[in-house]
Amino acid sequence: MCGIAGIIDFNHHEDMQALLQRMLGFLHHRGPDAGGLYMDHGVGLGHARLSIIDLAGGDQPIHNEDRNVWIVYNGEVFNYPELRQELLTRGHRFYTTTDTEVIVHLYEEMGPALFEKLNGQFAFAIWDARKRHLILGRDRVGIRPLFYVHNGQRLQFASEIKALFADARIQRKLDSQTLSDIFTCWTPVDDRTPFTGVRQVPAGHYAKFSEKGIRITPYWTIPAGDTDPGERPFEDWLEEFKALILDATRIRLRADVPVGAYLSGGIDSTYTSALVKNNFNNRLCTFSVGFSDQRFDESHFQKLALESLQTEHRMTTCAENSIGAIFPDVVWHTETPILRTAPAPLFLLARLVRETNFKVVLTGEGADEIMAGYNIFKEAQVRRFWARNPLSENRPMLLQRLYPYIFAEGSERAKQYLKSFFKKDLEQTDSPIYSHLPRWHNTAQLRHFFSDALRNRTTGSKRFEERFTASLPTDFMQWPALSRAQYIEMRLFLTNYLLSSQGDRMAMAHSVEGRYPFLDYRVIELAFRMPPRYRLFGLTEKHILKTAARGVIPPELIDRPKQPYRAPISSAFVSSAPPDYMADLLSEKRLEESSYFAPRKVHQLRLKARQPNGRALSERENMALVGIISTQLLDDQFIRHFPTEPDHLHKNLKIYHQDTENRLN
Amino acid sequence: MAAHKEKVRAFIIDNFMFGSADGLTDETSFLDEGIIDSTGILELVDFLEQEFGIQIEDEELVPENLDSITNVHTFIENKLSA
Repeated sequence: MCGIAGIIDFNHHEDMQALLQRMLGFLHHRGPDAGGLYMDHGVGLGHARLSIIDLAGGDQPIHNEDRNVWIVYNGEVFNYPELRQELLTRGHRFYTTTDTEVIVHLYEEMGPALFEKLNGQFAFAIWDARKRHLILGRDRVGIRPLFYVHNGQRLQFASEIKALFADARIQRKLDSQTLSDIFTCWTPVDDRTPFTGVRQVPAGHYAKFSEKGIRITPYWTIPAGDTDPGERPFEDWLEEFKALILDATRIRLRADVPVGAYLSGGIDSTYTSALVKNNFNNRLCTFSVGFSDQRFDESHFQKLALESLQTEHRMTTCAENSIGAIFPDVVWHTETPILRTAPAPLFLLARLVRETNFKVVLTGEGADEIMAGYNIFKEAQVRRFWARNPLSENRPMLLQRLYPYIFAEGSERAKQYLKSFFKKDLEQTDSPIYSHLPRWHNTAQLRHFFSDALRNRTTGSKRFEERFTASLPTDFMQWPALSRAQYIEMRLFLTNYLLSSQGDRMAMAHSVEGRYPFLDYRVIELAFRMPPRYRLFGLTEKHILKTAARGVIPPELIDRPKQPYRAPISSAFVSSAPPDYMADLLSEKRLEESSYFAPRKVHQLRLKARQPNGRALSERENMALVGIISTQLLDDQFIRHFPTEPDHLHKNLKIYHQDTENRLN
Repeated sequence: MAAHKEKVRAFIIDNFMFGSADGLTDETSFLDEGIIDSTGILELVDFLEQEFGIQIEDEELVPENLDSITNVHTFIENKLSA
């Protein structure tokens, strides 16, 4: 696991070594163990290394036999031993035992078609000196990040946006359209980022950059339309699923350092931990985070999991004030406005892992998306069922089972009204985005906090819903309704929110690599191929996973009601002792300077949050508060006060010059 | 009474729209426009009970009574004159 950065400029052959070194410096947390550069005329590739495989010999950049294909690579290809064996029989010679070198030779064999062979989580750049082009590739679901700025004959890329901003010539500006999208669907969409001009290689795509320009090509997409007709018995699906998830877990233990596991107290991570413990490593170490606020705490379930797993376990506790205190660091790493504080506890958890001297953890991330674990999937099913008989009194009451915490507050008083709340757009069942209409409609209300200036900059452009719908696959409406909802959730939320803000970034902030057995592409493809009812059976989520886990993990963890992973919000920022940055960050002056939000409304929101005996802020108001604070922090850290120098520079940088390389040949 | 209506209006603007009317009319549907979210309705009910000294029954918590300034106004006037 590592950080990569690079510059290709076909016009100007400036000396880029100092700049590249500073770019790597901004990625130091991703790869503190070593640094390396490859330099040619107008070409520079940089690598910051976290050593996991071939500790002694794996320093990058790495090259082919002829030293004319060079790679910098972040991530893991878990099936590399098998690929290496194939390549050896084809006569390739290796000078390391890394997965990195496997990619170089595979590229020689296959060119950009190599992606179909890779099972892993990666972002890499290959410079082909023969053809004078750069390939930027990213894994199928976007577990590892890869950003770039393209301007004519020049392209700069990096694992994180901050490394691009090491070049003071690159514009640093928040993009109005993307801000508006984030305050609707929670994330930037596809190749967008919060910053104008900064793009990302979308998940499952690669980019080819040559003197002719840049071309982005998809090589894989979520196979949500490929459903089996349903003849096959459930038991067959179950056996295949069990075998695949076992194999997906097995190959994710490949490392030359110990691999630990996060334990949330839910079924996903407990199940994969049990697989490891029972089959591969009897001395597994696990890590968990608890909350001092009981409403969010899952320690009770984590304890049950531990009693059955008997792992060596470490735990950290997240208090409201620590969320407030670390939040600027969290936003420095997420590099995007966020509407929830949920990344913060994961930041603390990764810190614990690192303090325990672990570099790699398995997590259950992705199971909710592929196994239909989220309420949004059930909500859509209930609304469809209700829409077939809109006058029914009983059908909408199923929603109560999904949102007990909404319906419980203030007793059952508002039942009838809540019903109307969920009834909005009820009968638009032929809309491709039916499942997400309530969420997006609700979140879009946050845009009322936008300043007039920001609102004016986004009027006239097409609505998010319209743009997104137009980008859906042509046969989308032929897919099962559940698969459509899951596809939308994966394309938007999984890649650009969950795996970045909660996955890669929080872990890599502490030089920790997460690995996700449920996001093995074979598991994803199987999940979508099976009849949807095996994922969501009535209103029981993860049906096939629950069946597989029975007898393997404690039944209480299988049959417990699913608790959405959330963290405290307003109490973290608006309390008797708020974080010291708050007063200034949300002052009228600062809000006017940055000009994203209406100062008067923000003031009013804070007043409401502070009401001594008032009701707590609603979900939506909490989201507004976090969205405003994180946007202001982003503006402060990335636009107004971006550091001119990184905190660390790699010492003893290893540098390969192509000129010298040629002489060596 | 027009004063009652103004009080309701001011509460909606302050509490749910954070001080800016943004095109709110007496007929604007709180649900359709998303002005009140799933937990907001109880805030409105608390306010009405305290401000106007009325008691609102669970069965009365329906959009016909609460989904716009006009609906709320008619509802409380009926309650007050009952």
